[in-house]
Amino acid sequence: MDMYQFLSIDLPPLLTAIFCSLSCALVGNFLLLRKMSLVGDSISHSVLPGIVIAFLLSGTRSSIPIFIGALIFAGISVLLVEVVKKLGKVESGAAMGVVFSLMFASGVFLIEQASARVVDLDADCVLHGQLETIFWFPPKVFSFLSLLNLPYEVFASLLVFCLISILVFIFYKELTLLSFDKELADALGFKPAILNTGFLIIVAASIVISFKAVGTILVIAMLICPPATARLLTDKLKTQIFLSLFFAVLTAIFGYFIAVFLPSFFNLSAVNIAGSISVSSGIFLTLAIFFAPQYGIIGKIKKTKKFAHKVIAEDILGFLFRVSEVSEESTDKLLTKKQLLVPFKGVKIVEKSLANLLKIGDVLKVKNSDGFEFYSLSETGQLRAKNLVRTHRLWEQYLVDEVGVKEDHVHDTAMDLEHFTDEILEDGLAKSVGAKKQDPHGRDIPEKD
Amino acid sequence: MKKFLKESKSIRELPEHSEDSPLSIHSMTISYNYKPVLWDVEYEAPQGSLIAIIGPNGAGKTTLIKGALGLIPRASGEVSFWGKSYNEIRDLVGYVPQRESVDWTFPISALEVVQMGRYSKIGWIKRVSKKHRDIAYSYLETVGMEKFANRQISQLSGGQQQRVFIARALAQEAQLYFMDEPFAGVDAATETAIVEMLKKLRDEGKTVICVHHDLSSVEEYFDSVVLLNTRIISYGSTKSTLTQENLRKTYGGRLTILDQVSSAIEKATS
Amino acid sequence: MFDNYFYFLKKLISVLTFNAGYNAKVVVLGATVLGLTAGVVGTFLVLRKRALVSDALAHSTLPGVAVAFLLLSYFGFDAKNTFFLLSGAAVSALFGSFCVSFISSKTRLAEDAAIGAVLSVFFGFGVVLLSIIQGLNIGSEGGIHNFIYGHTASLRAIDVKMIFLLGLFSIIAAALFIKEFSLVCFDPDFAKTDGWPVSLIDYYLMALVVLVTVLGLQTVGLLLVISLLIIPATIGRFWSNSLSKMTVVSALAGALSCYIGASVSSILPNYPAGAVIVLTSGFFFIFSLLFSPVKGVFASMFRRVSLGFRILLDHTLRDFYEEWEFSKTSTAIADFSLSKNKLKISFFQKFSLYFFRYVKKEKDKIYLTEKGVLKAQEAVRNHRIWEEYIAKFGSVDISHVDFSADLAEHVLSPQIVKELEGAIESSTKEIKESLHTLEKN
Repeated sequence: MDMYQFLSIDLPPLLTAIFCSLSCALVGNFLLLRKMSLVGDSISHSVLPGIVIAFLLSGTRSSIPIFIGALIFAGISVLLVEVVKKLGKVESGAAMGVVFSLMFASGVFLIEQASARVVDLDADCVLHGQLETIFWFPPKVFSFLSLLNLPYEVFASLLVFCLISILVFIFYKELTLLSFDKELADALGFKPAILNTGFLIIVAASIVISFKAVGTILVIAMLICPPATARLLTDKLKTQIFLSLFFAVLTAIFGYFIAVFLPSFFNLSAVNIAGSISVSSGIFLTLAIFFAPQYGIIGKIKKTKKFAHKVIAEDILGFLFRVSEVSEESTDKLLTKKQLLVPFKGVKIVEKSLANLLKIGDVLKVKNSDGFEFYSLSETGQLRAKNLVRTHRLWEQYLVDEVGVKEDHVHDTAMDLEHFTDEILEDGLAKSVGAKKQDPHGRDIPEKD
Repeated sequence: MKKFLKESKSIRELPEHSEDSPLSIHSMTISYNYKPVLWDVEYEAPQGSLIAIIGPNGAGKTTLIKGALGLIPRASGEVSFWGKSYNEIRDLVGYVPQRESVDWTFPISALEVVQMGRYSKIGWIKRVSKKHRDIAYSYLETVGMEKFANRQISQLSGGQQQRVFIARALAQEAQLYFMDEPFAGVDAATETAIVEMLKKLRDEGKTVICVHHDLSSVEEYFDSVVLLNTRIISYGSTKSTLTQENLRKTYGGRLTILDQVSSAIEKATS
Repeated sequence: MFDNYFYFLKKLISVLTFNAGYNAKVVVLGATVLGLTAGVVGTFLVLRKRALVSDALAHSTLPGVAVAFLLLSYFGFDAKNTFFLLSGAAVSALFGSFCVSFISSKTRLAEDAAIGAVLSVFFGFGVVLLSIIQGLNIGSEGGIHNFIYGHTASLRAIDVKMIFLLGLFSIIAAALFIKEFSLVCFDPDFAKTDGWPVSLIDYYLMALVVLVTVLGLQTVGLLLVISLLIIPATIGRFWSNSLSKMTVVSALAGALSCYIGASVSSILPNYPAGAVIVLTSGFFFIFSLLFSPVKGVFASMFRRVSLGFRILLDHTLRDFYEEWEFSKTSTAIADFSLSKNKLKISFFQKFSLYFFRYVKKEKDKIYLTEKGVLKAQEAVRNHRIWEEYIAKFGSVDISHVDFSADLAEHVLSPQIVKELEGAIESSTKEIKESLHTLEKN
């Protein structure tokens, strides 16, 4: 790619997209936490008449009047939603739907009226913004100072992002409190109403500044997708915010270059940039939904499967231990595969769990002279099994003593619980069971090693 | 996880279910997001009595009812009604949810709410016939609300709303009733009226299981109690079960170890 | 100037009466049926509190339309085959609603985030496809644009027939299950215990919503079709407390908005049908919000003002009565009079006393009329019964009784009065003496 072309055609829209995406993602985190994503939806639809009116009144496409007009209508929409909810006793979803669709309809109506007279305002830019129209004539000799001549859209979006970051930084504690516990915020004297208004203003500001770049609908993707992606990856708010900013930049760049390069591969004339950015934010979100290590769907399935194997393996070890406990002859401790699998009838994954145990050496496979295969516990397996059985019997005793479960019922429950018991818990159990050396069925509780 | 737990269950014996008991619960554990909130419930309800489920907040009283009715999935355990599964005897079970669980601004009248109790007997698509409307009306009379039959439900007082809910359950003409806090937020007159109704049901041989939160009235209202605090502490006739010792166990805080293992299970499985 | 308006009106009337040529007739009829259908289905959607799910659903039709268009033109069919395009829309709308429920049930993201993400990402994909289609220069790609903002002029007779048939079908399909819908919307838990397949009924409702959405694409467009589903239903709720009446009002409001909106836009070329229809329904919405007798703003304002008015009157009459009591004369209350300047009340109070004929004036003296005596007795009795009840059961200090009794006594219905009397064991006729000594100024 030719440098000059990059600087003039690509750099300005790319920077604008990145800064808009950053602003939206930053406030989006709090929208997401407060379960107010749809307020963003509602505001982004509602600013349309404000933009058109400001445009008609000022007669220019300059940013400031349009920004103000949009901000005013954002406020009006929030207010109207409250009015409809209070006065009409309408449920909040429906109230939002009524208000924003009415305001959007008036915007569309006004555009149609205006476009009869003024040419350069059309309904399409509402849908997908006008990133393509932002360009720059860079100087022949590049210097960093010349960057100051970049189109104003770049600086406007940068300015808004900086302002929002500063506000979020200053009021981070308050915003977190507001999102987590509104009543507490009130009780602590933080004036949730004022905070909330301020918060909605910065949401509106980030939506409005992005309007020209990506239009009213795709801005919702910028608000929601990066924070949602981040939310699936972490439990810490700060990490979530930084991750969402990272994804905001990533989706903007990724989306932009898809839109730029895709046409040349498939011989298409053009791909809409804003649309492509929102699709790419969707791609990252989808990836997170499936592949996020802890909260992703595949990760969850894997974890469950792994856990199921652990449980079955532990049950096998426990079974072998109990058999060896009651066996007097050492040969009785050896089980054929058929004998070993009797208690696990119908459990599909047992073969694989057994194979795993053999692999890690907790269970040994021996062949006798006749060529028959037998299974028994190895030394490490013996140790592990002993601890498991100890936990199991401690649980049985505990359930009978403290929880009041009947003796003939405790086995099943203890069978489940022993797999979840770590050392700390086990010590707690041992303490409350006390000096008892036997479980409710009269079997010895093995000593701790 | 659930599937797996079921699998591992197959290696254990299945319990026998009593056909006399309207409700028998066998080692039922209920989890929210895999975190157990109700442990290993073993319970058999006596036929034809008024039963209160009692325990502190967060003890899992509502969870017990909802788990028995299959409204929330059970992590393990079986529930049977007269020895049969819920689907087989659905018509014999009536349910009164917590009053706050529904939107009382919904545009229907008191009579229409009671008619809902007849819907399963009316069947799909068919309109509510006069016969069923009359039956519904008669149950409104039973709870003393016939004057308000055509009143929109938001215009009723809390006690009146509760009466309508009970009338709906009566209209189900069940043998076993589950009621979630039927006395919550109702006036004294309604409370007395509801208790009278429940006693009448009991005298007709029906079984009523109520989540109840007022310890002082238990002995007066109910024949039998279940003391619950994330596990069953004790159950049986009101007199023999409401001992100081049992109450101390029920209201004296939860077992730390159970809470710890709950969290461990949540961590391991979510 | 006036000629213009006159011409417009004449034309409007001819459209509204279906006399303005075949095209206008077809368009207006189609829109009206659409409004009717959306009103019926929207009622249940709103009552199920799923209003905004339909927005996600509507936005996610765009990629479906675009893909269908690409398929049609790739295989050399007529790319304006509305039925195929709308089928594409329906498929992707269903997929969108599946994604919403998948994300909100299988991940830790809440439903609102799922709605927003699906709505914008699907729409973004549609926009991308649209820009690709435009670049392909197949021609007739304008057809897809019509689905975004709606374009009634592009409705052909066959489209209207489809709207008519499918619309009628969905009205019947919804009406058949009104009982099941009301059960699931009101109390899903109860429905489940009663053996109803709640999620199946939910899917059925969503399928109907998809159908209406798809039918509405050509008329109001995917951006605004949500308002056809929500606004009439909300209007219906304003006018009625019964589900069936609400459904009827909602259907009528939807039909009327579409009828008027489509007619107006068929005459004025730069009045886009979708926006005009929505704004018309918005007008009905605001009208209902203000003037509905059931839940309207003015109705409740009127109720509040008339309560205030009643309180004022009650107080004045009670003052009069207590003056009589205080004077301890042997004359009957009807013969008791106050001098004109003794009764210190505002002009407004005086006016209303005369207006309702509670008092009469004879030679600078004011007497209670027969009606006034009854009213005064009632006011005083209610006041004292309530006072006594509060004092007896509310454990309120006597000196505070007057204050707490202030509002309640004015809203006591005869039935409640009876119950109160039972509670304090008071006989019906007698007016008890006030609990505290009357303070007179």
